[in-house]
Order: sequence, then C-alpha cells, then structure tokens
Amino acid sequence: MGRAKLPRKSTNIDMTAMCDVAFLLLSFFILATKFKPPEALSVITPSSVSTKTAPEKDVVLVTIDKDGKVYLSVSDANVAEKKTMIDAINTSKNIGLSDAEKANFVNIPNAYIGAPFSQLKSYLDKNPEQLRNVIKPGIPAVDSTNNEMIDWFRAAQDAFQGRKMNILVKGDDASKYPSLQGVIIALKKNDLMKFQVVTSPVPPPLGSELYKAQQATGTKAVD
Amino acid sequence: MAEMDTSGGGGHKKGPGVKKGKKLSTRVDLTPMVDLGFLLITFFIFTTTMSQPTAMRLFLPKDVKNPDEQNKVKNSAVITLMLGKSDKIYYYEGDSAAGLKATDFKNVRDIVVDKKRRTDAKDFVVIIKPTVDATYKNTINILDEMTIDGVKRYAMVDISPVEYNYIKATEKANGIN
Repeated sequence: MGRAKLPRKSTNIDMTAMCDVAFLLLSFFILATKFKPPEALSVITPSSVSTKTAPEKDVVLVTIDKDGKVYLSVSDANVAEKKTMIDAINTSKNIGLSDAEKANFVNIPNAYIGAPFSQLKSYLDKNPEQLRNVIKPGIPAVDSTNNEMIDWFRAAQDAFQGRKMNILVKGDDASKYPSLQGVIIALKKNDLMKFQVVTSPVPPPLGSELYKAQQATGTKAVD
Repeated sequence: MAEMDTSGGGGHKKGPGVKKGKKLSTRVDLTPMVDLGFLLITFFIFTTTMSQPTAMRLFLPKDVKNPDEQNKVKNSAVITLMLGKSDKIYYYEGDSAAGLKATDFKNVRDIVVDKKRRTDAKDFVVIIKPTVDATYKNTINILDEMTIDGVKRYAMVDISPVEYNYIKATEKANGIN
C-alpha cells in the first residue's frame, strides 16, 4: 500500500462491459426489427394522432401516389380472394385474361393493379420487374362517370363475402383531393361506409383538447 | 484504442529489447468485437421500423336523397372550413360564404376551438369542404384536427361552385395562383 505505483498503471480499458452493452442492444434491435417490405409504390403518408395500428390481414389497399394515380392491391395471404376478384373482373368486363396473366396478380407478392380495364391485359402481361420501369396509368377514379374503382370494390366485396374486409387508403401527401374523392365515391356506391386511412403516428399537440383528454384518462387509445 | 502502446511512458514493458514472455495475459482484446457489435447495432437501428403505420378510421355517411331525412344543423352553430390552394383554409360561420376569411393549418385550431367555446356543444358542427386544389395531406390533416379539437360532429361535403368562386376571388386578391 505504501509504495506509490501510480505511473505503472496500464491504460488498458476493460472492454467487457462495453461489449456486453453493445451486444445487449444488438440483440434487442435484432429482435425488435421488422424489415420494411419492399414497396413497389413509395408513398409518403400524412401524420395523424390516431394510435391504432393499421391492420395487416384481409386488407384491400388503395394507394394514391403523388400524381394522384390510384392503385389497388390485396394482402398476399388472401390468395383465394385475389383470384375471385380478378376472375369476376375478367368475366364482367370481357378482358380475356390468360391464366398466366391472372397468376401475375394472384401469386406475386405485393402485386397491384395500376391500369384501367382497357389496358389491364397488357399490364398484367408483364412481371413485376418489368412493371417497375413502366409508366403506370393508374385506375381511373376521378369522378362517378368513369370510376373503375366502383367495379373493383364490388369485386372485392364479393370476394370477401362473410369476412371482414379492411379497406385501407394510403395516399401520398402531395396528391390532390379529387383522387381521394373518387375513391370515396366508389366506396359509397358499394355501401362500404367504413374505411381506414394509413397515417404515420404523431403525439397530440400540447394543450389541445385531445391531449388534455388523454392526460385525464391516462389512456392513449383514440379512434 | 483500448490497447494503447504505453512503451514510451514506461508502462508494463521493461524497456526496448526486453521481452516480457513469462506473464502472458489471458485477456482478449475485445475492441474489434465491440466495433462489430456497434456496427451491427447501427445497421439494425437504421433498418428497423419502430413505428408501425397507424390507421385513422373514417365513417362515411349514407347519401340521403330525401331532404326530410337529412340532418338539420343550426346556422349559428356551423363553421365551414374550405381547403384551398397552398395549404390555405378559408372559413366562414353560418351559411353565407360571402364573409370569407383566410387562415392556415397552424391557426385553424384556435378558430375551431374559439367557435366551439361560443357554441352549444350539442349543436356544434364543422363542415369541411376540400376544393380540387387541396392536397390529400390537407384533407387528412383537417380530419385529424377534428379529433385533436374534440369536435364530435363534422362532415365532409363537396364544395359548391359559388363558394369555389369566392375562394378563387380571395386567392386572387391575396396573390395566390
């Protein structure tokens, strides 16, 4: 004790603790991570104070891109419904799709419809890799006269008969209101009165009514 | 990093040329392992999607043709918000669009809350009329605003040509094209 050994101290730092922390964090992030599905359509959604997470099952997703074009997709798990839908549209509109073309919509993950009925055959002809580079016309859904979403929603409604169908609308910030209006018209025409809008979550602003209400009840659930 | 060369400072080495040999430490240098750990952490932090997208529920009203079955609202209890170009909101109280006032998304909360305070809670209705110039974001934000302000009754209605003309005139006067 008496001898001063201070200058002989090594500058070695024990890395074990740091290593522990690093790997603890690493395992947390590995477990918590959920990879973003490769999205064919990139859309920046607006934010809302809603805290309900978007459903993932039985989803009929309407995407509105930044140019206001409308696309339709069905969650990949619902293969039977997808098939029923495309068959119904094929028959009622006399498109004459081949089985391979139908399979392009039914079997390929994240497949979406982005063309009017008149161009549907040539659209489904292509595989997703080719589609990526093609300018997609979108489904016409601007007003009530030429609104093909009405037919698509009807086909979806028939396909999901007896099951709860979650209609999601995912629109881009920059798209204009008429596209949304067209989708709403199509929904109303089919008596589909409930739908959900995909948003990114934000906390309610400080001092607002909702903020106070949440503070008072201690709950976070809002519809 | 951690294993710094301390030979100059007279550390555990005896001096140049003298090998320590005997006392082999069982210590493993963990620096590369930590490096790798943090590299992977950064990777997972960047790729992870912590915030799941949320969904805002909307219920559409049924279109009623018969005017007797339509909801009646008191003129004095109504505020109409019209969404115009460049994130502007035009609003009026009552049923006359002539006294149009302009605001934006930052200040609309005060207007709605103020109107709510002045009105009987059971009559208070907000009517939202997006124009063709409004963006999707505007529309969702104003619906979200209704939730934030605790507005129980609100309706999204198509804009009438008269009102649209008023907005056009106001936009022109304010120099928005």
